[in-house]
Amino acid sequence: MTNPDPSPFLPLPLATFHILLATADEARHGYAIIQEVEARTGGALRLSAGTLYRSIQRMLEDGLIEEVRERPAPEDDDERRRYYRITRLGSAVARAEASRLTELVAFARAAGLAPETRS
Amino acid sequence: MNLYAVLLRLFPKSFRLEYGEEMRRIFDRRRASTDDPLSRARLWLEALMDVIPNALMAHVDILRQDLTFTARTLLRTPGFTLTAIVVAALGIGATTAAFSVTDRVLFRELPFGDSERLVSLYQAEPGYSRFEPSPSHYRDWKQMNTVFTDLGASASTSMNLIGDGEPLRVNGSWVTSNLFDILRVAPQVGRLFTPEEDMEGAPGTVILSYGLWVEAFGGAASAVGRTIRLDEQSYTVIGVMPRNFSFPNRATRFWTPFRFNAGAFEDRDNHYLNIVGRLKPGVSLDGARAGMKAVNARLRLIYPKENDLTLALLRDQVPQQARLLLVALFGAALCVLLIACTNLASLLIARSLQRRKELAVRTAIGAGRERLIRQLVTESIVLSLLGGIMGIALAYGATPLLAQLAPANLPLPEMAAIDARILAFAALMTIATGLGFGIVPALALNGENSLDGLREGARGGVGGRRRLRSALVFAEVAISVVLLASCGLLIRALWKVQSTDPGFATEGLLTARTSLPVGRYSPTAARAQFYEKVLTEIRALPGVKSAAFTSFLPMVMRGGIWDVKIPGRDQNRAEDKVSMRFITPGYFETMGIPLLKGRDFNSFDTRSAPSAVVVSESFAKRYWPDQDPLGRVVNVTFEDRIIVGVAADVKVRGLERISEPQAYLGHQQVNDGWVPFYAPKDLAVRVSGDPAALSAAVRDIIRRADPLVPLSDVRTMKNIIEAETASRSAQLAILEAFALIATLLAAIGLQGLISFSVSCRLQEIGVRMVLGASKSHIVRLVIDDGLRLAAAGVVVGIGLAYAAGRSMAALLAGLDPLDAPTFLAAVALSALMAATSSLLPAMRAARVNPTSVMRIE
Repeated sequence: MTNPDPSPFLPLPLATFHILLATADEARHGYAIIQEVEARTGGALRLSAGTLYRSIQRMLEDGLIEEVRERPAPEDDDERRRYYRITRLGSAVARAEASRLTELVAFARAAGLAPETRS
Repeated sequence: MNLYAVLLRLFPKSFRLEYGEEMRRIFDRRRASTDDPLSRARLWLEALMDVIPNALMAHVDILRQDLTFTARTLLRTPGFTLTAIVVAALGIGATTAAFSVTDRVLFRELPFGDSERLVSLYQAEPGYSRFEPSPSHYRDWKQMNTVFTDLGASASTSMNLIGDGEPLRVNGSWVTSNLFDILRVAPQVGRLFTPEEDMEGAPGTVILSYGLWVEAFGGAASAVGRTIRLDEQSYTVIGVMPRNFSFPNRATRFWTPFRFNAGAFEDRDNHYLNIVGRLKPGVSLDGARAGMKAVNARLRLIYPKENDLTLALLRDQVPQQARLLLVALFGAALCVLLIACTNLASLLIARSLQRRKELAVRTAIGAGRERLIRQLVTESIVLSLLGGIMGIALAYGATPLLAQLAPANLPLPEMAAIDARILAFAALMTIATGLGFGIVPALALNGENSLDGLREGARGGVGGRRRLRSALVFAEVAISVVLLASCGLLIRALWKVQSTDPGFATEGLLTARTSLPVGRYSPTAARAQFYEKVLTEIRALPGVKSAAFTSFLPMVMRGGIWDVKIPGRDQNRAEDKVSMRFITPGYFETMGIPLLKGRDFNSFDTRSAPSAVVVSESFAKRYWPDQDPLGRVVNVTFEDRIIVGVAADVKVRGLERISEPQAYLGHQQVNDGWVPFYAPKDLAVRVSGDPAALSAAVRDIIRRADPLVPLSDVRTMKNIIEAETASRSAQLAILEAFALIATLLAAIGLQGLISFSVSCRLQEIGVRMVLGASKSHIVRLVIDDGLRLAAAGVVVGIGLAYAAGRSMAALLAGLDPLDAPTFLAAVALSALMAATSSLLPAMRAARVNPTSVMRIE
């Protein structure tokens, strides 16, 4: 199995990136994604339903995420809900985007435009 | 259903079905966590701001996908794509071209300010519905009416213009000084006339048309203020009209004030003015009619013989025949578009059948039916858009040809421009076409269970589509028969008109117009001298048999109608009129008009001899049906004249109209300076060889006789006769093109259907062959199928064609709308078309290998 090429997807729209991050550790349904993103960004980014599902539709078509049939722990499950999880391509794309951003930050730092952080 | 669900309807259906429920749940959750009205309002505002742009973008996403998919599919089948685009282009192009002419002639506003309030005023009498009023009428109507803000008048003329180069013969118009104000037009350069310039004795002033300005002065602004000579009188150029201005017709190239003298108002029978008025605010056309009727009633108290009066909008001057031809043309164009749409629908259905599996697979993997329909409609709209662009190019290319269709007697700009209005029409047609032929296959798709398509060799739904396609082909054949038959009728009518005997010999006749300037040539003797000199020299040219001058050649000038009286008879009937011409001796011989009785004029027919007249046969029959007309006295041009000869009748008014009887007068038997308009000026030369070859020699002779006399309109009589039917021929050429396109499209449609039905019947054909059917039998089988399909269309088409023929009876020159040869030819052509289009599929069927097709089962 060859490694998928993430480059056509870069740079990634912000919402797409966040959805990838939110579905990376476990399968989540739409509302959970919104909550996860909101929590992760400290309330700075609150995805609207329209943006979320339009992104989801595109990402499904592009194969960045997939809908999962097997449900999480039954006590959390709501059978009417649809759950999404990152794919192999999605992971590759998220990774590529992250390293693109890292590189960008390194450039900014070299130009003295970003704070030095201790590694 | 709550309000949010309604809002969600903005999303494409496929999106809504997929995610609507989840979105609603998220919204409900958020709403549950709001408690005060303010935050609730904020939530709704957010929802709006979220749904509207995202829904829009979702549609754009789908469109983009569909377009990409369409591009791929269309490129994969270039043959189909090209056919579809060309078919759409023909339909849209034909309709757009026809619309551009029809719109310009029948609907578009004239290029004058507030032009729909401009009205033409005519006199009317039984037999001639409209004819021109006299200056006396103009004066009275202008003074007495209460319904027009103002009345203005014009009258066509033509004069010899002497500027820098060769003398030019130019058509122009006398106008009252207020005319341009009534039309609400402004000059491009200079100014308009003042009332003082329209007074008797005022110095001559002239306004030039844009075209004449460019031709005579190279379009230099310095032309204004210059003096030019028109018929040896001086005129100062005071202005130039804009390019798109023409009045009263397109031939008019200059305007100059009437400067009526008191005498101009005396003769109430001097009918030569075109009168136009502007309705007062609040007065309708009917109101104006009533007002003018009252004026006429008062005038009848003074002039008991006063004619009736009739009013029409300036816009509505299009002759009935021209109107009918344009409507027929537009109808034909719509037929072509209809056939094109039908054909495209048929093509798409055929293709959707080929694509059944692909479509079924797409449905199976979750593409909703709505998405499939959307995809198909996107495809057809893309095809029709491409076709529309090509169609507009076609229509643009056809404009010069179409420009000939506009009657010349209208104040319209030279050329129909393809402007925003025409483009909007074309766009409308394009979208209608795309939806029209896209919806049908989409609906056909909707009617079947698409999973059937997955089954190998499935024929579910095929029968239904075959019926639909048969119906489409039936319609195509019917429409093409209507066009073929209508076209045939018009061709036969054209032949009939062309074969009408004009009353003279048209071959070997050269004609030209000279114009003797009024001043120097006012004395009859001066003119006689000129004619003598010119005719003697022309007759001496090699190949010339005879030559003569007349006031006006037949069909070159159709009017010149005078009252006639027979002394001693108490006659004053409307039909006591003749078409009056002054001629030089030898005119009848030159024209080839048989002299039935008596003699021609000769050089002794001068003022000192008794006044003579040669009348036409119909004139003699009208007044002396059983007696010898020779030696009888006729009063014409207010003078008693003795009939010395009877000539055969001539179609003065043209091949398609009834002409008045003719009266010819000797050119020397007229008082000096009297009726200068009728002084012989049209030259006819009878030659044994090619008439056109003589034109240079004739031009030389005229120039030598008088260098200031222009020679114009040099053409053969054959050209003049051809011009009689030119607009008919032009329209017919276009109609023929439409009929040809329609038949071609119908053939394509038929062929497609037969091919399709052959491929459905391959196994049956194989069985037949195994059972011993010969190849020719199979071919006949398929062709019969095609003929049967066409037959129903032909029958209905003939019925419709008869109705079309009846509605254009006025164009048929008396031909029966159910003309048997025409209809037989149309049927034969359709049968031929059906047989030809079945031939290809039939041959394919005959080549079938029975074993291989039967193995599929």
